[in-house]
Amino acid sequence: MDLTWSTEEEAFRAEARSWLEANVPRDLPSGDTAEGFALHREWERTLFADRWAVVSWAEEHGGRAASLWDWLLFEEEYYRAGGPQRVTQNGIFLLAPSIYEFGTPEQRDGILPRMAAADDLWCQGWSEPNAGSDLASVASKARRVDGGWVLDGQKTWTTRGAFCTHLFGLFRTDPESARHKGLTYLLVPLDTPGVTVRGFGRLDGDEGFAEVFFEDAFLADEAVPGGVVLGEVGGGWGVAMATAGSERGLTLRSPGRFLVTAERVAGLYGRRDFTDAALRRRVADAWMKAEAYQLQTLRTVTRLAGGDKAGAEASLMKLWWSELDVELHELALDIIGADAEVEGPWSKGWQFALSGPIYAGTNEIQRNIAAERLLGLPRK
Amino acid sequence: MRFGWDEDQQAFQDAARDLLARACPPAVVRAAGSAEVLDRAPWDALAEMGVLAILQAEDVDGLGLDECSLVPVVLETGRAALPHPIVETALVAVPLGVGSALVASDLGGPLVACAGDADVLLLHVGGGLRTFAPDEVDFDPVPAVDRARRLARVRPKPGAAGALLTDDPAVVGLAHDRGVLGTAAQLVGLAHAMLDMTVAYVTERHQFGVSVGSFQAVKHHLADARLAIEFAGPAVARAAWSTATEAPTRARDVSMAKALATDAADVAGRAALQCHGAIGYTVEHDLHLFLKRAWALSRAWGVRAFHADRVAAALGI
Repeated sequence: MDLTWSTEEEAFRAEARSWLEANVPRDLPSGDTAEGFALHREWERTLFADRWAVVSWAEEHGGRAASLWDWLLFEEEYYRAGGPQRVTQNGIFLLAPSIYEFGTPEQRDGILPRMAAADDLWCQGWSEPNAGSDLASVASKARRVDGGWVLDGQKTWTTRGAFCTHLFGLFRTDPESARHKGLTYLLVPLDTPGVTVRGFGRLDGDEGFAEVFFEDAFLADEAVPGGVVLGEVGGGWGVAMATAGSERGLTLRSPGRFLVTAERVAGLYGRRDFTDAALRRRVADAWMKAEAYQLQTLRTVTRLAGGDKAGAEASLMKLWWSELDVELHELALDIIGADAEVEGPWSKGWQFALSGPIYAGTNEIQRNIAAERLLGLPRK
Repeated sequence: MRFGWDEDQQAFQDAARDLLARACPPAVVRAAGSAEVLDRAPWDALAEMGVLAILQAEDVDGLGLDECSLVPVVLETGRAALPHPIVETALVAVPLGVGSALVASDLGGPLVACAGDADVLLLHVGGGLRTFAPDEVDFDPVPAVDRARRLARVRPKPGAAGALLTDDPAVVGLAHDRGVLGTAAQLVGLAHAMLDMTVAYVTERHQFGVSVGSFQAVKHHLADARLAIEFAGPAVARAAWSTATEAPTRARDVSMAKALATDAADVAGRAALQCHGAIGYTVEHDLHLFLKRAWALSRAWGVRAFHADRVAAALGI
């Protein structure tokens, strides 16, 4: 047990902090509108220009080859400095780990630097009107033809799909297959003829969702560098589960953002002109949960550094951070009181937090996974 | 940065777990609830293993180790629902130089566990800590919900002054926080025990022609218990490290550990009772031994609100 950072890690943290303090933009609007998204994309380019966009990636892909520890420090400093949620997140945090694990060298070298630079913006094409938590029931099809694939079907609830350039998604490539078999993980430019995207409003009214239609759309094998298939044809489920592990666990939701939110909630309480013992304890409770998430992450990274693979524990991580995020924002609204119905960052954050227990597999599904795979309870 | 017990600490924990499975099965806990004299066999086995000497300095034949070695072992005593006052002795009294007698103490609250069984009473008197021999105090036995707690209120006899260990508030505060830390570890151990026995039970129990554990409602109760345990464990581990390294955040960290461990034991206990159904609501089944210990320890060494308030104070609100 050693909970101290090395001199090198502290130096890295200090370098990140001073750069972020000088560069983080103030008062960016929501990234879930066309105008806001464009401003966020500029911020992503600023990050990339000084090699802060993807610190843990290889240097040739735009990163600093930083350790997971350094990455955690960067994330904490990023949110402490007031950095906005990353509009590149579905690419850099979800797709990229799967490209590192399953991609060919050509795919890595061709796709990752453009993703890091926010030249290509990736959205996740998994959910369909009839396939939400039950992802294995996806029905969108890809038919093999000479030189490529022909896509038909529909994806939906695609976060920021209306503003992205590319989609990674699961398609059924074996028409005779069912459930987890016969699926392929495809990388699709959204300007492919036959693909149309329609944005629509999420709970907060911003155009943060999209549905994506594929009508006889021809996807050429070389439409993305190194090829449009990630992993094996028919092996999409395994790749998707690796991506889901990233989404539920470590990479998408680093602890820094929750710790910083908890500190801000404490600040919100501290500036009130009343004292309320019950509310004060709720602030302490929420902070403890954020801190516990940090500690659990340190434990997880210690294990990963020791060669362990992330497992079904990611479901516990997802349950914890998503329910914590709701708790933190609900508490903030209770502290703010009647003014909480005025639109503002906390009401916005609250509405976003409410999506946490739904996306990346609902929390009901995560509890099933925890019970079956961690506790060994019978599936049927 | 390295978050987790090292190999020696892990091995010590595993050995303690094996030892307690043999030396302190539920039958021993149950017997402690009614025996005139507390059976010292599990205690002697732990002493033999060196558990009582972990925090003792090497120059007085101790192991000279720190809380990171002791706390994982204390967690195992929670898993076994060990009735003996291991927290009061190994964590609170031993570092104060009390040796390795069986020590009962009121530092964590006015009700003293195993008071009548102790070789030494460590009492919080006038802001300081003093030791008393059993014949220097009056015992007032208290009927406890968890009978294996063997509770009493203890008062020095008129004229008995005991031997002053310390009246330094910082030392008393550290001793108190060590008690909180150990109790938090035991609560996590109790939560593990209750979850494990419930997983086994709902897997073998059949109703409606299927295993009860296949029902989603049951799965969700037990997933919640696992979740609470998963996040309480690291809080206890960090609190052990903060105590061992004399970190300025020690008070905050042990309070956080106690609060989250209390939550874990509460969630696990309620899930265990509900998922066992009627069989768990009997004194013939062993579950109640663990459940009642968790109820007791949740409120001993500071109720949850006390610890949340300490954390709030550390946050500057």
